[in-house]
Amino acid sequence: MTSKRIVLHFPHRLVDQPIVYKLVKDFDLSFNILKASVTPQEEGLMVLELSGSEENFDKGVMYLQSCGVKIQPLSQDVVRNEAKCTDCGVCVPICPTLALTIDSATRKVSFDDAKCIACELCVKICPTRAMEVHF
Amino acid sequence: MKSIKEINERIKKGQVVVATAEEIIDLVAKKGVARASREVDVVTTGTFGPMCSSGAYFNIGHSKPRIKVGGGTCKLNDIPAYCGLAATDIFLGATALPDDDPRNKVFPGEFKYGGGHVIQELVSGKDIRLEATGYATDCYPRKKLETLINIRDLNEAVLLNIRNCYQNYNVAVNLSDKMIYTYMGALKPRLGNANYCSAGQLSPLLKDPHYRTIGIGTRIFLGGASGYIIWHGTQHNPMVKRKDNGVPEAPAGTLAVIGDLKEMSPRWLLGSSMLGYGVSLSVGIGVPIPVLDEEVCASAAVRDEEIYARIVDYSVAYPQMNPESLGEVNYAQLKSGKITVNGSEVPTGALSSYAKAKEISQELKSRIQKGEFFLSEPQAPLPGAESGYTCRPLKERPFFST
Repeated sequence: MTSKRIVLHFPHRLVDQPIVYKLVKDFDLSFNILKASVTPQEEGLMVLELSGSEENFDKGVMYLQSCGVKIQPLSQDVVRNEAKCTDCGVCVPICPTLALTIDSATRKVSFDDAKCIACELCVKICPTRAMEVHF
Repeated sequence: MKSIKEINERIKKGQVVVATAEEIIDLVAKKGVARASREVDVVTTGTFGPMCSSGAYFNIGHSKPRIKVGGGTCKLNDIPAYCGLAATDIFLGATALPDDDPRNKVFPGEFKYGGGHVIQELVSGKDIRLEATGYATDCYPRKKLETLINIRDLNEAVLLNIRNCYQNYNVAVNLSDKMIYTYMGALKPRLGNANYCSAGQLSPLLKDPHYRTIGIGTRIFLGGASGYIIWHGTQHNPMVKRKDNGVPEAPAGTLAVIGDLKEMSPRWLLGSSMLGYGVSLSVGIGVPIPVLDEEVCASAAVRDEEIYARIVDYSVAYPQMNPESLGEVNYAQLKSGKITVNGSEVPTGALSSYAKAKEISQELKSRIQKGEFFLSEPQAPLPGAESGYTCRPLKERPFFST
């Protein structure tokens, strides 16, 4: 079993095709959509947690790539800008997955991107806008 | 008993003993108040958080030909500044917004850029767009001025904050069924989180609760430079109920402070955007407490566990000016990450950065040890717990035009 959070970028020509459906039907993968949007230019973005057997997961990813979908791991997309963060910790209780925590000794904030589901709740509530999203 | 003069002599000779407001806690626990107060000369405090009553005034210099901006209009990077002063003096407030900012029309407003951000950019040495108009007089004929300005070219650039360093603050929660956006941050419905805003055991006025050493004229660390306390801050409210250790149970004393913006650093002055609320300026302040006697030392050694704050509902009680509190918690509980309110466990968050407050207390300690920072003698006391001085609500009196 493997389970990864990935970001899919769908080019314009694929927006009207049932790609994710094929992941389930042909590759027996399960998914949990964390975020999905289609921009006015009709480029699609989807953040999902994809799970299944290792073999099927790899096949599924190969299928996505063969269709022209760009794939990147989610962890690269949400970033805590350390130069901007003041370690106040106002984001900590807002984060639904405990990806943002404050160290009890140093009182410094840390961000565990493996736990992040890219809900972006922290982004706008950060007073210095230190949480950045680079989809 | 020690005097400030004696402490300054020790700073000059490189013999001064300084402890941060955190370190003094352990020292007193280990050695007792009597010994610690003899050994330690100065306790350094610190706090870092959004302080909305911050601002800065500038003298931009006279253009050729001259313009009287006083009584006209003035904008810095599109942020309106106050110019009801002499010809080229202007004042920029931290919460000022561009005229075309949507505010909360699209709720919650993002408030991406305002006065606080202009102050941060000025301090960072960035060029700022100044657009001003005047109505023209015989001695000031010009009507319009558009120029880039830079802090290094201004005659004066002075940070002037009329309310900082709140002595204690509320813990904000939300009892309603919808998310609310406040100056205490976003508060999730049905007690989803509890936000507080104080450095607790590091916070200046909590470590000198009766203002025995902190007064008008006290030299402080302000935004990375040296500044001064010039008055009690607005809404100074020293008569609130206090615990036996003298620490107020609710927001009490405040400080008005001033310092040379040209010497400050963007590390300690940061424009801040509070979602759904507005713009502010996060300010770093540190106040040295001269350990004059055992009483000062004992107060400076108060711990988070001994400092209590009131829990206030910001969905109804706060906006409606209802004084009720949902109970009290101490800062050790707040810092543990969760507190109990009305029987349920509530995760906590802070607006005040304890990590930065600690850094300030250490930085001030090091400046004093190196002989770069001397203590000043307060020239007048702040109104205290027995003064009769209180912060009153507005009594509205309708007026009728005839």
